[in-house]
Amino acid sequence: GCFVFKPATKKRRLSEKTAHDFRSRSDDSEDTGLRFVTCQSLWNQIKSETQQIQENLNKQLLDNLVSFLNRSHSEFREKTTEWTCRMKFREIPTAALVLGVNVTDHDLTFRGVSDVLQDNITPYIALLEAKDCPGIKNLMQKLMGQLMNCDIDVDSLEDEDYVQVSQNRIRCSMSSLISWYESVTKKTDSETPSKKRNSSSRHWQSPPVVVIFKDMESFTTKVLQDFIVISSQHIRELPLVLIFGIATSPMIIHRLLPHSVSSLLCIELFQSLSCKEHLSTIIDKLLLTSQFPFKLGEKVLQVLINIFLYHDFSVQNFIKGFQLCIVEHFYSQPLSVLCCQLVDVKKRVNSLSHDQCENIRRLPSFRRYVEKQVSEKQIALLTNDNFLKEETEKLLEDLHVYHENYVSVLRCLHVFTSSLPKYPLGKQIRELHCACLENRVWETEEYESSLQLARMLNKTDLVTMLQQCVEILMSSSGKEFDKTIEKLKEFLTQFQNLEEASQERDVSISSQKELQKKTDLYHLQKTLLELKESRRSKKLTKFEMLRFEVVDYIDSLVRKYLVPASDRTLHEVVYFNAATVLRGHLNAAPRTALHTALNNPHWYLKNQALKCDGGGISNKAPDICIVYKLHLECGRLINLVDWLEAFSTVVMAAEEPNADAASSDQVDDIIHARFIRAVSELELLGFIKPSKQKTDHVARLTWGGC
Amino acid sequence: MPNLEHPAYPAADLLHLESLVPCRESQVSMLLSVFGERQQFSFPSIFIYGHTSSGKTYVMQTLLTTLRLPHVFVNCVEYFTSRLLLEEILIQLQSCSSGTEQSSSVHCDTFNDFVRMFKQTVASRELQNQTLYIVLDRAEQLREMEANILPAFLRLQELTDSNVTVVLLSEIVWELFRPNVGCFEPFTMYFPDYSIGHLQKILSQNHPPEYSADFYAAYINILLGVFYMVCRDLKELRHLAALNFSKYCEPVVRGEANERDTRKLWKNIEPHLKKAMQTVYLREISSSQWERLQHDGGEPGQLKGLSAHTHVELPYYSKFLLIAAYLASYNPVRTDKRFFLKHHGKIRKTNFMKKHEKTSNHLLGPKPFPLDRLLAILYSIVDNRVAPTANIFSQITSLVTLQLLSVVGQNDQLDGPRYKCTVSLDFIRAIAR
Repeated sequence: GCFVFKPATKKRRLSEKTAHDFRSRSDDSEDTGLRFVTCQSLWNQIKSETQQIQENLNKQLLDNLVSFLNRSHSEFREKTTEWTCRMKFREIPTAALVLGVNVTDHDLTFRGVSDVLQDNITPYIALLEAKDCPGIKNLMQKLMGQLMNCDIDVDSLEDEDYVQVSQNRIRCSMSSLISWYESVTKKTDSETPSKKRNSSSRHWQSPPVVVIFKDMESFTTKVLQDFIVISSQHIRELPLVLIFGIATSPMIIHRLLPHSVSSLLCIELFQSLSCKEHLSTIIDKLLLTSQFPFKLGEKVLQVLINIFLYHDFSVQNFIKGFQLCIVEHFYSQPLSVLCCQLVDVKKRVNSLSHDQCENIRRLPSFRRYVEKQVSEKQIALLTNDNFLKEETEKLLEDLHVYHENYVSVLRCLHVFTSSLPKYPLGKQIRELHCACLENRVWETEEYESSLQLARMLNKTDLVTMLQQCVEILMSSSGKEFDKTIEKLKEFLTQFQNLEEASQERDVSISSQKELQKKTDLYHLQKTLLELKESRRSKKLTKFEMLRFEVVDYIDSLVRKYLVPASDRTLHEVVYFNAATVLRGHLNAAPRTALHTALNNPHWYLKNQALKCDGGGISNKAPDICIVYKLHLECGRLINLVDWLEAFSTVVMAAEEPNADAASSDQVDDIIHARFIRAVSELELLGFIKPSKQKTDHVARLTWGGC
Repeated sequence: MPNLEHPAYPAADLLHLESLVPCRESQVSMLLSVFGERQQFSFPSIFIYGHTSSGKTYVMQTLLTTLRLPHVFVNCVEYFTSRLLLEEILIQLQSCSSGTEQSSSVHCDTFNDFVRMFKQTVASRELQNQTLYIVLDRAEQLREMEANILPAFLRLQELTDSNVTVVLLSEIVWELFRPNVGCFEPFTMYFPDYSIGHLQKILSQNHPPEYSADFYAAYINILLGVFYMVCRDLKELRHLAALNFSKYCEPVVRGEANERDTRKLWKNIEPHLKKAMQTVYLREISSSQWERLQHDGGEPGQLKGLSAHTHVELPYYSKFLLIAAYLASYNPVRTDKRFFLKHHGKIRKTNFMKKHEKTSNHLLGPKPFPLDRLLAILYSIVDNRVAPTANIFSQITSLVTLQLLSVVGQNDQLDGPRYKCTVSLDFIRAIAR
């Protein structure tokens, strides 16, 4: 089903009340309060981390924009009177910001842009959206409203005349905007410049006015054209800079604006980072790290990634989905109280209640663990709470160490697999991560084939990969890798030594030379055959031996460290695995749900009487269900009279099976009314509409209607 | 060359005016004779039309300012409602005679108010004894305002009973203005396009101070040789001339050629100008980028133009939705069964489509299709099963906002929305790859 939307999903509205909701479901023995607090603090950490990441990713773009803006009106500021400047047409500097189709992420980017501009360039920024600007008049109103307000924000001094003048009273024309600009800049000039941020005091003499068009595609051509024509006439008095937010491709500018208008602009292109790279970074920093105790299971991660790749490309939605996973996990899993930083584990384990201990004993992974132990220990684990707590603590520590090692070895393996031809294990590290989570990766065919390909790598590639692996392991926090690093370094030195001893290659070269001497066809064939034989039986060169050794060693690392998480004891504590719940929340299927509800009311109503077998229509079902089922059997146009008759037959079927003579041609008024109500309900739901083609007929709108 | 002569104005002013408006002497003298002397009533309304940048606005402005005639100059695009337009005229009028005086806020909602206030202002500013000129630039916008605005402006002299002349400037002919109820016919006047000789003369007039006029004239000659075929816009040409002049001077600055070495200079600049025609002129790269390139001596090939970034990355299902929409738009409905059903029966041997049908489908443009057909095609072209989730439907809407699809017929949104695919075959090919 998909009508389920739990109130606890929105974190922003978290208050005492939601905390209470968290608790209300289960009694307090399951540490709900603590769980709630943990969840909140974890989410806050993750949120700040993602914000940090996003800032870093956008830095390049923002820097470029800032330098563009600095450049754009330098002539205006310096008031140059050179010949070229006089002769040249004054174009409006325009930044075309290509942001990709993930429109939901744009808001954040624009907020970042306007913040940065506000800090560095100008206080005068207006953000325009297409839906606010159906005409040039609305656009000007909006623009002036935003600009004049922002001025009041910056220095809320004695500007009473502006504050008092309501928006309608201001003449919405460019000339009043210009006079406003003049008055504002004059004032800032006369004020002591030291009051302002001093580093950029030069900008403050006449800061540009930045107008951002958030969704260029949705603006109507006329509005844009008029605005550009008007402002280009006043560019000398009002240093305007336009920023177009473009979701598709910059060609849209040429499609929207004719040449006579686009020639008034001086367009420069800025491209933001592709959303796929953005996602990779987010996954890298949030999931492939031991910094956060919370982990996503394979299925859940797959759902989130699929929604991203198949549907919206939106990183924001991915993070929202991740947030939902966190909330859902802490809400539904009582043991999630243990999903915290390692330092807190000891304290929390010790304070577990008896119920919680029972919860631990009920975990499937823990049961499997118990079964492997000797019988005395089994009994102790199942009966003695204190012993269980000690053991749990140890197991959780193991789990933490496992994660640390897992990430490093996964990165090493990715170094190898990402350079293989055709990428049998996927190009991105997230694919490899999913494969490793799903089951034992070394049992899969893809792994087998990638090992085989790895055995054919050439030497330079192999050496660079080994070096990369050494770097990764060096920088990892795992403590067990000292030996591994040594081993890898040993391999590297062996490869270096190989270079000196390369006599064997000379032999093969000499045979090649022999081959060239032969001219006779028969002899040639013979030698070729011999050569082939010898190659097959020839024992491996030193390099090949070494290569095998390296690959085998990597294989052993994988087998040791990349065990799927579901094999680990107590993995339920930190892994969120309820993929179906998540799918229900994030990828709702309204059509399917509606169909199920109407076709099989038992599914939602849980009434035994409604349980129907196969295609039959029960007369106990709600009227709308009966009407719906009957309408499924019709074509595009439905005759209302036939429909009514069928309806009354179904309804009457159980009530009076014997007395059919009385109601043969007269339909009961009540049934008639019920029918009409059901039909109008269907119309309201959008299944049918009145048709003008035939009288007394309605047209179907869905499923086979056409 | 017709010299400007008019008894009412001092000869020095006229001479100055003549130097300012090259190649438009005949029009100016015509206007002058229509205007008559300062105090004489002129024709009530004058309509001037001509192509983009044929000097309409410039000539009017220079004429009125050099001869110091009282005038009001308004751009109708900028004052987009009638109220704004009328108020702006009144404001300019108030400051027109006595420059510094603070103009009080004006409220003028109807033309009736306008006439009344206009009379008041004229009387108070003592403008009655000479003709006042109201110039309405881009007058074609007037047609989109209230129906009474245009006829009223044409008869303003009669309505206000004062010495005023309205001049309308437009790029389109008077026939497209004339309201069908009949109105006062203005005196129409045509400004012809500048010929290549005119352009040469006008452009060469403003040579940079460092170089001689002949040198610059030679440059303009080369420039016109390249650009005259595609662009006759004076403003644009002047802009391009300024952009590329430094490149032209390069050999002279380096001492490789002197100013008279036209052939060498031509060889240097000609390929450069051709490149400019393909990039800067089309606004593929901006003029400031072009200047920086010139400065650094880099090749324009390094900088990709706007149209180089045609590729749009779309989510998996959006791609398929768009492809399905394209198929639905350009394939006739009856072929759906044949293309998308597994067992469609045997294909008839006879020519399935008539020839003219086959060729014209792309020329006819996209046809609208209902939502259900789009989804049906989507299900058949995607390999695995697609659940009709909310995400799929929201993707259709977002494709509409991205203007890759467009909705046909706004009223039927809930019942049975119909769409059109607005992207080209090339775009679909790039996506399908």
